[in-house]
Amino acid sequence: MTPAASAASAASATATASTGPSPAARVALLALAFAAIAFPFAMQALDASFYVSVASRMMIYAIAATSLNLVLGYGGLVSFGHAAFFGIGAYTVGILITEGVVSGWIGIPLAMGIAALFATVIGAVSLRTRGVYFIMITLAFAQMLFYLVNSVKAYGGDEGLNLKLRSSLGFGLNLKDDATFYFVVLACLAGTLLAVHRIMGSRFGRIVLAMRDDDVRAEAIGVPTFRYKLVLFVIAAALGGLSGALMVNQQNYVNPNVLHWTQSGTLMVMVILGGVGTLWGGVLGAFVLLLLEEVISAYTVHWQFWVGWILLAIVLYAPRGLVGLVSRALGRGAGRK
Amino acid sequence: MSAVPASARGSAGAAAATLLAVRGLRKRFGGVVATDDVTLAVAEGEVHALIGPNGAGKTSLIAQLSGTLMPDHGEIRFAGVDITRLVQHRRVKLGLARSFQITRLFRSFSAVENLAIAVQARDGRNLSFWRPVSRDTAIADEARALLGEIGLAARADMPAAALSHGEQRALEVGVALATRPRLLLLDEPMAGTGPEESARMVELIERVRTKATVLLVEHDVDAVFRLADRVSVLVNGRVIASGLPDAVRNDPEVVTAYLGDEVHR
Repeated sequence: MTPAASAASAASATATASTGPSPAARVALLALAFAAIAFPFAMQALDASFYVSVASRMMIYAIAATSLNLVLGYGGLVSFGHAAFFGIGAYTVGILITEGVVSGWIGIPLAMGIAALFATVIGAVSLRTRGVYFIMITLAFAQMLFYLVNSVKAYGGDEGLNLKLRSSLGFGLNLKDDATFYFVVLACLAGTLLAVHRIMGSRFGRIVLAMRDDDVRAEAIGVPTFRYKLVLFVIAAALGGLSGALMVNQQNYVNPNVLHWTQSGTLMVMVILGGVGTLWGGVLGAFVLLLLEEVISAYTVHWQFWVGWILLAIVLYAPRGLVGLVSRALGRGAGRK
Repeated sequence: MSAVPASARGSAGAAAATLLAVRGLRKRFGGVVATDDVTLAVAEGEVHALIGPNGAGKTSLIAQLSGTLMPDHGEIRFAGVDITRLVQHRRVKLGLARSFQITRLFRSFSAVENLAIAVQARDGRNLSFWRPVSRDTAIADEARALLGEIGLAARADMPAAALSHGEQRALEVGVALATRPRLLLLDEPMAGTGPEESARMVELIERVRTKATVLLVEHDVDAVFRLADRVSVLVNGRVIASGLPDAVRNDPEVVTAYLGDEVHR
């Protein structure tokens, strides 16, 4: 229960953050937004457009990790099957495009909706348990889906599903264009972060934090805790589905490995690395892990060995993850959310 | 120690309506009988104490009354409603709240936030995902007022985990009180407190009783006889005596089974 415990230690800051960002944090946010918008143009000018799609991939993982952080960090529910929702989102869009439904306005909401539907069923069973049992049941459901997708030959089975088209969005937006795709993903990431920020500052968010602290006590003040956990689980799954829908559009390909338990593990590593139960934890964790992979794998194929050491150091010395380190470095302002 | 404030006895009129009626309650775990045919009536407005030695089944009984443990047989009626099979959060909505023997607070929340979340839970409308809760001034105001009533106004923004043991015990009662219960189950509110903190808790319970009926489970026999309008004694899962404090105190069976030299000290 390390993530939940460290989340609790971070929560006194989280719990009082509803008054809005400090002036310093506002400036940092504006600078970040400016940098994110300028990035593709700068890369084009430097003739390094390749990095635009690298950044898009990082942001897609940032959405996935942020959605996991909602249940794992804020909710204190160690879900080990989050890749299932990522994969469901990816396959929903993949199958729709294969069947000729290319509109993103249908594909993306449906990807989120079907992920939410699966989460309702998986959550209805798994949220009746806690601790290790919850971890194992979420893992089991995700692995069931992994084997199911592997066996459906009509949509590629274990060889995966190749796509000739990307989702179309209209309005002159062509997702095949790297910069356009980048901005669509950026908008989705910004929307996700705004949603998580607003949700965690709302009445519902307060209930979530209370249940994380002590769900027995929450029930004893009249909170139907099962219902609220289920709603949280479903929201997180929908956002996970969104990230999968974007991923399949970037790669023009999806295979069952996106649902594999190691994928769930990768997302957990991102959250723990970045900062459990912090708004920016998923973003920072995804960016840093993928960068580390990129950099270290240039030197050795055993990059995960070195990432393991870094993760160990974070867990031992920085329980609030990189967000905790950054906010300590910046003084009190920016990391509060 | 036999000095009983007259005011505490005033409301124990025989005509008061029964708020909680327990009939023939049984619960066994394997071969162990935790609750053995318990019948108990708590009248509206009274402080009803439940005493008994360790292992008498007090905790199991509280768990069945609050809804975390389902009895094998018997019936629990609250304000005329059969709540025997009702889940806990529904009982809270009907006005039956509890405090815990081992303090359970929202530890990362401040003192005032602990009360605010309980007020918010009572208020309902919690499937609200976008509007900042900080704009709900009614919740904050009520939580602050209540914090003053339990004597912790000066500790409002301190994290619950940083409060002293006695303050945590008071907040524990406050959180239950914030649900505006008709009946408050207080599970050993004096557990682990020193004499000074115990005295403050007695005062707090005197104030609580003006707002709610109290079923008090307590080891501190002095406190029980100061506060209670009626006392029930639980031994081996059975209620062996129930009545006015003086009658219970002198009941020969109670003296042998439980009180013994504690009263005749």
